[in-house]
Order: sequence, then C-alpha cells, then structure tokens
Amino acid sequence: MEKQKKEHILSLLVNNKPDVLARVAGTLGGRGYNIDTLCVDATLDPKISKIILSVYQDQSAITKIEKQLLRLIDVHSVSELTETETVMREMMLVRMKLTEKNKADIALIIDTFRGRVVTMNGDSCVIEITGTKADVERAIESLKPLGIDDLARTGIVALERIK
Amino acid sequence: MKLKGAEIFIRALKQEGIQTVFGYPGGVLLDIYDELYRSDITHILVRHEQGAVHAADGYARASGKVGVVLVTSGPGATNTVTGIANAYLDSIPIVVFTGQVPTALIGTDAFQEADIVGITRPCTKHNFQVRRVDELARTIHEAFHIARSGRPGPVLVDLPKDVMQATTDYEPLPPKEEEPIPPPKPASGKALYVHDLIAESRRPVLLTGGGIVLGRASEELRQMARRTKMPVTSTLMGLGAFPASDPLWLGMPGMHGTYYANMALTNCDLLIAIGCRFDDRVTGSLETFARKAKKVHVDVDASSINKNVMVDVPIVQDCKEALRSFNKLLADQNFTVSYEDRREWFDMIEEWKRNVPLSYCPSDEVIKPQFVIETLCNLTKGKAIITTEVGQNQMWAAQFYKFDEPNMFISSGGLGTMGFGLPAAIGAQVAFPDKLVVDIAGDGSIQMNIQELATAVQYRIPVKVVVLNNGYLGMVRQWQELFYEKRYSQTDMTYAPDFVKVAEAYGTLGLRAMKPDEAAATLRKGLEHPGPVIMDFRVAREECVYPMVRPGGSIQEMTLGREMIN
Repeated sequence: MEKQKKEHILSLLVNNKPDVLARVAGTLGGRGYNIDTLCVDATLDPKISKIILSVYQDQSAITKIEKQLLRLIDVHSVSELTETETVMREMMLVRMKLTEKNKADIALIIDTFRGRVVTMNGDSCVIEITGTKADVERAIESLKPLGIDDLARTGIVALERIK
Repeated sequence: MKLKGAEIFIRALKQEGIQTVFGYPGGVLLDIYDELYRSDITHILVRHEQGAVHAADGYARASGKVGVVLVTSGPGATNTVTGIANAYLDSIPIVVFTGQVPTALIGTDAFQEADIVGITRPCTKHNFQVRRVDELARTIHEAFHIARSGRPGPVLVDLPKDVMQATTDYEPLPPKEEEPIPPPKPASGKALYVHDLIAESRRPVLLTGGGIVLGRASEELRQMARRTKMPVTSTLMGLGAFPASDPLWLGMPGMHGTYYANMALTNCDLLIAIGCRFDDRVTGSLETFARKAKKVHVDVDASSINKNVMVDVPIVQDCKEALRSFNKLLADQNFTVSYEDRREWFDMIEEWKRNVPLSYCPSDEVIKPQFVIETLCNLTKGKAIITTEVGQNQMWAAQFYKFDEPNMFISSGGLGTMGFGLPAAIGAQVAFPDKLVVDIAGDGSIQMNIQELATAVQYRIPVKVVVLNNGYLGMVRQWQELFYEKRYSQTDMTYAPDFVKVAEAYGTLGLRAMKPDEAAATLRKGLEHPGPVIMDFRVAREECVYPMVRPGGSIQEMTLGREMIN
C-alpha cells in the first residue's frame, strides 16, 4: 500500500525571492524525483509565494520529500493536499485549426467541457478549458482527432475547501 | 555612522565573536583584505582554498564555535566546494565568505566569475548573495545564526566587489545577553513510553552519533547510560561522547565496527538511537538491522527520522534537551537498575568480547599500523586531539585510539574526504594552541593537501602528522583483495615523495621508522618536537581493517582477521 505510486499534490509557502524555486526544484531533482506539474505565484503577502506542485511517487517518498523541503530556510510550510479536502483545477489553452468539417465538433466539445473561445484569427482559434486534471486530459483526447495545433497547461492549482 | 561594506564586514564578524579567519586573498577581496590589515582579527593564510575550509571545519569541531572562511571569486570559490560538501555531510557549522565580481558584471562570464551560489546550493545549509550594502550586516548575522542553530551546517555568503566598496548607515546590533539555561522541559508522553520500554527491556542498546558532540550532550548521555545500565555504541562521528574506558562501552558499530557492537545491535530488544542518522556504513543491510528491537530515534532534524530505518518512537528534539528532560524523568521516577538485573545481557556481551576482541597480529619484523596507533594512544594517554585522513588510517584510528572526551576525534565521516586531516588538524590546533594535535594519515591522502604544511610552518602551528605509509591506497586495495581477486588496479602508490625530505623542504622536522622497535622512539621524538612534524611509518603493506562487513551485507556477518578467530 505504502509502495503504491500515485499523484501527490504539495502546497508550499516560500519566500518570494530569486533562487527559491531552484532550491525547491533541486531538492526534488537531486533525489531523482520529477516534478510533474508546477504552479507558482505570490500570495496576498507579496513577500511570500505559494508553490503548488505534483509528484508521482509512493507515500514514503512523499513524506521524505516533505521533510527535506522543510529543511530549506526559505520554505515556511509544506502540506499535502488530498482530493477530498481540496478543490483542484487546471487550465489549458489550446489552439485549433478550424475547418468547415471540424467546427461543429469543436463547438460541441467546448460546450461539454464548459470551455470558451478566447480568440479567433482567421482559421485559427484559441480555446480555454478549465477543470480537473482528468477533465483537461479528456478534453485533449476529444480534441486530438480534430487537429490540435499546440497547447499549454498551467499544471494543477489547488486550495483547501476550508481552513 | 556611514561605513564601507568592507568595514561593515569586519565589524559584523567581530560582533559574532570571530577572532580567526582562514582565507586566501584575490582581486575582488582587496577592499576586505585592506580592512583586515588594520583589524585585530587573526587571518591564517592557507595554501589552497580547500585547506581553508577544512581548517575552519577542524576549528569548529574542536571548539564547538563557528569556523570562518574567506576566499576570492571564481576558482577561489570553486576550490571550497569539497570542503563545504564535507562540512554539510557532517553538519559542521562554518560560514564561507566568497568574493564575487561586481554586481553589474554578474552573469557576463567576467574574469574569475563563478555562480558559486548556484554551485553550492545542494551542499550548503543555506547560501546568500548580498546584492546591496544595506543588507550586508543583517545577512552576515543571519548566516552565523543559520550555521549554528538546529542541525548545524555550512552557510555561504557571496560578496560582490562593489557591495564591499559601497557605503551605508551602519548600526551595530545591540550586544547579545547570555541567556540562562532553562530548566529541563517536563518529559513528554513519548518520553514516559521510552521510560517504560527501558524498564521492560532485557537487552537494550544506546546508539549515539555526531548529534551528541554537536549538541554538547555528552554529559547528559553519560548520566542516562549509567543510570539505565545501557551499553553504548557510537558511530564514527560520535566517538568520545561516551568514554571508551567505561565498562558500558561497546566500541564503534558497522562496516569496521567491533564484533560485539554489531552483535549487540543485532540481538538487542530495544535500540535507542540519539543524534545519528543510520548511515549505510553503520546499518549494513536494512532488512536485518536490529530487527528484534523496538526502536526509538531522537534527532533534531525530522528528515533523519524514518529515512533509512523505520522506528517505533520518533522524537524530533535537540539531543541535549531530550536527554536532560529524560534524565529528570528517570530521577523523578527513581529509576534504578543494577548490573545484576542485566546480568544475562552483559554475560552475552562479555562472551562476544572474549570470543572476538578487537585485535591484530603483532609483528617483530614489520610495523603494524594498528601498533603505531596503540602506541600513540599510550604515549598521549588518549588525551590528544586526533584528526584523520580517510581510508584505513581513519578506521584504525577509530578502532585503536581510545577517546574519553568529545571533540577529540575529528574525521571526515559522511563525505570521506581524503586530504581532510592535515588542514583540519591546523584548524583544531589554532582553536587549542596548547593541546597536542595529531593527524593520522595515509601516504595517499596526506598528498592531497600536503601544501598546508607551509601554513603550519609559517604560523608555528605544531601539528604532528603520523603517516601510515604502506605504499597503497590501502582501503581500495583491501576491497580489491577481498572482492576483486587481488587485481590491484591503480592503487599502488609506491611512487611517493620522501616524506622526511618533504618536511625538511617545508622547513620542519621529518622522521622515519622502518622497524617495529623504532616506532615508539620515533613517536616520542616527534611528539616532543615543538614544531610541526611529519613521521613516516613504513607499515605492513597489505594489512586489512577487520572486522569487515561486506557492503550491503548484514552487520552480524563479519569477515574477521586471522587474529580474531580463536
């Protein structure tokens, strides 16, 4: 059970300074752990940033990662966010080539995933889709056969439901 | 008061109580060195920056104070990396100041520019680059605080040249008041549980490490062990914290530990580990390590707990604090246990000690390296500060020199840095000018920082170097003998300088002993000499360190020397 790998979301409060992200990334990378998704921005206090990252590992590795991160002087707190106690979202921007044939299908997919068209330039459009990671991945699978030009994903952002 | 960065640097050091700096000047440091010229801080000019870091490290280990290094940018800074990594792995409090090119040139591949903050990020406890002079004083004080607090470690502060030349208003910190030592904290629920575990245990063992030395908890450890009649074994880093002359002492455990320490760990029913981190050299195979025991682990660093060995009772606390409240608990509960109560356990240990004592085959023909260390221990009555290089010399020193006090054994435990011993001895001698400081070296490792002999001679730092010269990289050769069918690939070091002449060339005394009957006289003469000395002992070439646990093997399965097998 302990050894079973799954996606874990960690939320860190860190000093908003150059170098801090490198320290966090180095702490994981130096031990052979890959950061799968990463999201960083300042909190209401501009001196403090929140880093939300996801790592695909077993629970014992996550515990070690948390302890190692807490050794960093610039890291104030580390908490693991669980699905039941947290709202998790990811946003994706995806650029599609529009043709007479795929227009209707794309519109249906946008509707299904409650996305929207952000911009349209001639035969090209950029769509925004927000949802759980699974939603975003399903949307990609649906859009793929219709000709994805390129896409960008934010990685997971997450917030505890209650304090 | 308006001051230049370089002046603030000196004042901040003095406020931290720093009297000695180990360093090497360079272009971007000229402003600081100009201020040093006027100040009363002692600067020890080393011959290589790695030597400066090891010297500051040895100074810190011997004195318990923070060691300070000052080096220039680029190669000066990169030369410190091994020393910093060494201090990091052994949790030694040092602050390394590196010069840096002016802020406007950072990132332009300027002359002697290196991204030392980036390079040392994974091997410092923390590091800083001071970008503005008004941040300088605060950063220096923070660096010292980080280096010495919690689990100690090296901190690097990068100082761009223009920051040293800029001026700002300087307000010295108010002088720190000595805080009185608070009474022991009441014992926690966990401590009460540990108390019960000890009371119920029939075969308990205490395993201690460098945390006891760093945390100055040696006295508290002795009280606890003697009150609970628990036999004590200590990792390399903790040697001396518990006296080797005490009947409860088991010697060092692990790869080259004593037979009885390893057997006691394997057979104990309660293991209380304090201030250690279960290094692979101590545990051997994790599956078989102390598997009959309930395990308690006390350490100030949460990340050390449940990292390698899973424990039943994790306690994240400073060793000294934990031991003080635990000793108070034992006293309040009137905890007593006699040797008689633990008779069965002590009988087992005695039998292991009798069956396989720590020993070697003496010889009249050739000098045995263990004999040199035994003789050194006898001549110095175990009172010398011993530094070591790395390899066989280090293991024999740990086995055959009997340490009764902490801060006396100074060795590169975690990183295993050859070339550590001589500069570390210089640092220890600077901290304690009146004590006898001896570096136990091999012929391989002494050559890695031999240039520091010039430092010792220049400042009349009377360190004694004992070279156990077997003409091999002995420990690697030993592994080749045992695990690679004696294919001695690149371990023959016969082509070495004449160490007596090397000593003489540096302007000091060199001595040599070829035969066992010369060893004691050579040591006596060397130790009595008022200045630095190199003593070259031509020892048995193919002697092995025993016992030995195969890498990754169980610690109860030891290869023993001929002399240990009855």
